[in-house]
Amino acid sequence: MRTPLSYSTALALMWRIFNGLRSSGFPLYFGTRLSSAPFTKCSLRGPEQVHSFRTSSRDTFSFKMAEASLKELVSLEKYLGLKKTNKYSTQGERKVPVLQTKDGQNIVGLVTIACHLVKAAKQEQLLGRTREESAVVQQWLEYRIVQLGAPGAKEEGRSTLRDLNGYLEDKVYFGGDFLSLADILMYYGLHSYMVDLTVQDREKFVNVSRWFSHIQQLPNVQQHLPRVHIMKNRIYTNVH
Amino acid sequence: MRLYVSEGNPQCLKVLAAYELSGAQCEVEVVSHEECIVPFLGHSKLPALLLDNGNFLFSSNVICRYYLTSGGDEASTAVDQWLEWETLDLQPVALHALRLAVLQDKKSEALESLQPSLSYIERSLQKTGKTFLTSDEPSAADVVLWGTLYPLLAEPILLTAVDFKALTAWFQRVGSFPACKKASDGTFKGHGLQSLKSYLQRQPTNSTQATRATTNDPTVDDGDERLLTDEEIQAAVQAWSKGLAACPKPRQIVHPILPQQGERNVLITSALPYVNNVPHLGNIIGCVLSADVFARFCRLRNWNTLFVCGTDEYGTATETKAMEEGLTPQEICDKYNAIHSQIYRWFGTSFDYFGRTTTEKQTEIAQDIFWRLLKRGFLLEDTVEQLHCQRCAKFLADRFVEGICPFCSYPEARGDQCDKCGKLINAVELKNPQCKVCKETPAVRTSKHLFLDLPKLEGRLEEWLETTLEKGNWTPNARFITRSWIRDGLKPRCITRDLKWGTPVPLEEFANKVFYVWFDAPIGYLSITANYTDQWEKWWKNPDKVQLYNFMAKDNVPFHSVVFPCSLLGAEDNYTLVNHLIATEYLNYEDGKFSKSRGVGVFGDMAKDTGIPADIWRFYLLFIRPEGQDSAFCWSDLLLKNNSELLNNLGNFVNRAGMFVSKFFEGRVPTMELNQEDQRLLALTTWELRQYLQLLEKVRIRDALRCILNISRHGNQYIQLNEPWKRLKGSDTDRSRAATVTGVAINMACLLSVMLQPYMPTVSATIQEQLQAPPLCNVLTEEFVCVLPAGHKIGTISPLFQKLEVEQVEALRQRFGGQKPDKAAEKQEATTTTTILQDVQELAKAVAQQGDKVRQLKALGTEKAVVNSEVARLLELKKALQEAQGKPPVQKEKKK
Repeated sequence: MRTPLSYSTALALMWRIFNGLRSSGFPLYFGTRLSSAPFTKCSLRGPEQVHSFRTSSRDTFSFKMAEASLKELVSLEKYLGLKKTNKYSTQGERKVPVLQTKDGQNIVGLVTIACHLVKAAKQEQLLGRTREESAVVQQWLEYRIVQLGAPGAKEEGRSTLRDLNGYLEDKVYFGGDFLSLADILMYYGLHSYMVDLTVQDREKFVNVSRWFSHIQQLPNVQQHLPRVHIMKNRIYTNVH
Repeated sequence: MRLYVSEGNPQCLKVLAAYELSGAQCEVEVVSHEECIVPFLGHSKLPALLLDNGNFLFSSNVICRYYLTSGGDEASTAVDQWLEWETLDLQPVALHALRLAVLQDKKSEALESLQPSLSYIERSLQKTGKTFLTSDEPSAADVVLWGTLYPLLAEPILLTAVDFKALTAWFQRVGSFPACKKASDGTFKGHGLQSLKSYLQRQPTNSTQATRATTNDPTVDDGDERLLTDEEIQAAVQAWSKGLAACPKPRQIVHPILPQQGERNVLITSALPYVNNVPHLGNIIGCVLSADVFARFCRLRNWNTLFVCGTDEYGTATETKAMEEGLTPQEICDKYNAIHSQIYRWFGTSFDYFGRTTTEKQTEIAQDIFWRLLKRGFLLEDTVEQLHCQRCAKFLADRFVEGICPFCSYPEARGDQCDKCGKLINAVELKNPQCKVCKETPAVRTSKHLFLDLPKLEGRLEEWLETTLEKGNWTPNARFITRSWIRDGLKPRCITRDLKWGTPVPLEEFANKVFYVWFDAPIGYLSITANYTDQWEKWWKNPDKVQLYNFMAKDNVPFHSVVFPCSLLGAEDNYTLVNHLIATEYLNYEDGKFSKSRGVGVFGDMAKDTGIPADIWRFYLLFIRPEGQDSAFCWSDLLLKNNSELLNNLGNFVNRAGMFVSKFFEGRVPTMELNQEDQRLLALTTWELRQYLQLLEKVRIRDALRCILNISRHGNQYIQLNEPWKRLKGSDTDRSRAATVTGVAINMACLLSVMLQPYMPTVSATIQEQLQAPPLCNVLTEEFVCVLPAGHKIGTISPLFQKLEVEQVEALRQRFGGQKPDKAAEKQEATTTTTILQDVQELAKAVAQQGDKVRQLKALGTEKAVVNSEVARLLELKKALQEAQGKPPVQKEKKK
């Protein structure tokens, strides 16, 4: 059976949220580091053409996705405390992010790169401490790219949020009781959804909001994204 | 650990291969494609793996990865990369290709669409020169890619068409693992690609992810074209022309209904409603109504069906209620039994027998089971400390004691829980306990009780459960609750109570004791059947020939899946045990819970007073049936569903079809000459009909209702597209076209009336009367047959449904709304005494709150109608406040 969050956990959570609200109730807009990062074109296997980040056409969906996922990776680097030595570009129609490592190898794919960065930063605990935990983290990383990354994903946003809301009902983090890479990437992925939600909907998906608010309080996670204000008190208590 | 797969699901292939390859041990359960295994996902997602820590993995790649990265060594970046590529690039392409190959028989196109992906793999393999994708050892990446490609590459024709040497070698290398062979044989069972058909038909065409609206949202699916093969269309046309004469006749029901040799004998029980209160809508949908739909469906399928229910009447709560109302327990039972049967009659439930538990037979059967358990050593004796009141000369049930809370010193704590601090209390720990009835101080006394030795029966229970869960149709929540009960370990359970109102324990030293309601109540199913027929044992001691379905809300599951089966297994009398356990989740009211004490929600006896017909209630409750997840009753949604689904969709279609016949063809069904479009429609309708039958057979009541609405939606489109009213004025061919369309439509309406019968029996009968449909058509088969042939005379057509108006529903919402508590207040309410809004202060507060709310709504630019209704409430509250402040006799202001 699912058990709701214990009283003490919830209390601890509320306290954190409260503190966070007190200290920073304003939206933050971080400039992107991408503009100063050097990009080199690199040759790749495969028929897909390689685009460097800045030369892509700007109006397509995939471009926006690419931009978002590259910013996301840069933010993750920053969160992990990595030195800025990584070069990114994108590849193919879908603008899949590509990381060129120091030894000239290419690592392709958002989740693959993110996992690589975590390992490079020696923060493997973010990938789960046991085999089970690691599987659960991987599950939500995949969910992130399949469910939140695909074209048209936004239209299905409400059912996605409903599912996530159900899942998070009795959890503090996506992995359960520990912070993982899944939380960080889900946070980046869900940010635009949360921005679009009305105050009423943020209340409706209360567990997602609680989790989201918690993650954005964590030091160094928020980075390039503006803060989403989540009300502490419910105001739509009798609206369906 | 438990792995859930579905048959003919290509995603399951790699998972099964990975499972075999890893040598892991876990249970594998085959479920249907629609089964929602993962509790938090609003749609079905298979395969799924339940981990030992209770978490679910629900994507094939993650499960493969889990199986194949044993002992903590994380998958390498190369494996990660392949898996990510497979998820985002290969899977959508492969699904599209499979669709082309299987559903449209375009194999070469399918292969072509796969080319870029295949050459990508080929080049990677050539470049690395390794035996497998990432190294010389197989990894999760190999199994995953092999699994996705297998259905497309395995057939020799396809493979030779591909000129990829490294890929072919790799593909055969992976395929030659015994694990992969076993998995592919198991998935395709020699039927090749065709075994994937039913899975692929269910996948949405435009997107790669299967998502479906959940809870109360309107149906959005099925706008897309269903792919029908020529054979399906031909078969549908043939069935259509068969005529009613060739169809099976409806079964004659002769009481008493008894199991028949060689037939499908279905015994249906609905959880026995407790007699101390009027049932609310949640109770009604949870058991009685759901069971009724299924029972009616079984009868339409010509299965030999018995549906029994009754009121559960023994126990403390009845005694308490009797004391409250100043009646004897028996009088209370008589009173409420009558209320209950009246309510269910109004809702049109088709019990074959509605009984009660306070009967001779109950005593007889309960004591028989008790003796058998006792003789076989399955009962234990133990003493329990309890409070005893001398003046009342009885042991006090927890709710009959009050005292000072041992934790927070609250003076009016109850025997089971303190209202102030909310802690659970053991009644003997109360300070200064008082008998609630006579205020005497009770003394602690020990009392002897009997316990059912569940641990001793655990082995038999698990053996039985294993086969039953495998074969039976248990809802996921029922499986889950049962498993977690057994996992937590079974303890002996007390089966006796110090009460008077119950089945007496037939032992001298236990005089003055009765059986505990949870030992006693399920026996009610047996005793109620025994009151229906003397030959009740033919149903209840006949496990080989009878299929038993239990319907209930999820809180009742453990008693039906663990405790009661243990009693019956221990009694060793060849009892019929539950085969299919159907449990619903909870139904909420608007945004909160139903609450009798706060007057929130609609209760069975009030439904009638709303002026809304019983069938509309049935429809809406079944439409939002909490199947798979909690749902909510919502007035505005009721209005929406009535006006959109019933009035505009179903009612409109049936009415139009009927009106065309009576207006344009003098009330006689015209001659029909089917063209391709009509044939397609027949096949489409047949497809929906079969879907409906399959879903109802699995007791997916809410989903099956969608099929009915889909058929009438197709019908409406068909009429709209062909415009018979215009063609009537046209050429001969146009007129014959109009005739055909009308004829097909009226027959669809007739089919709908039969399919609708389990859900809306009165409406179904009304349609059949209007169409003068032959009573013989009331059988459901897998075929859509023309039962109203050309020349058939129909009756008078009139509208089936009435529009619900916003004001009308808003008034009802106000009437049944109670005081909407906000969340904080609700929490308080659970822990402190029930707060009743009754003085000026609280009214003033309510006015202030409501004012704030209105301001907020306005500020957010909420819809005008919503704002207005809230303003109306504000005004009402203000008026009440003024009244309360005024000098004249202050009326106690209860919540509206």
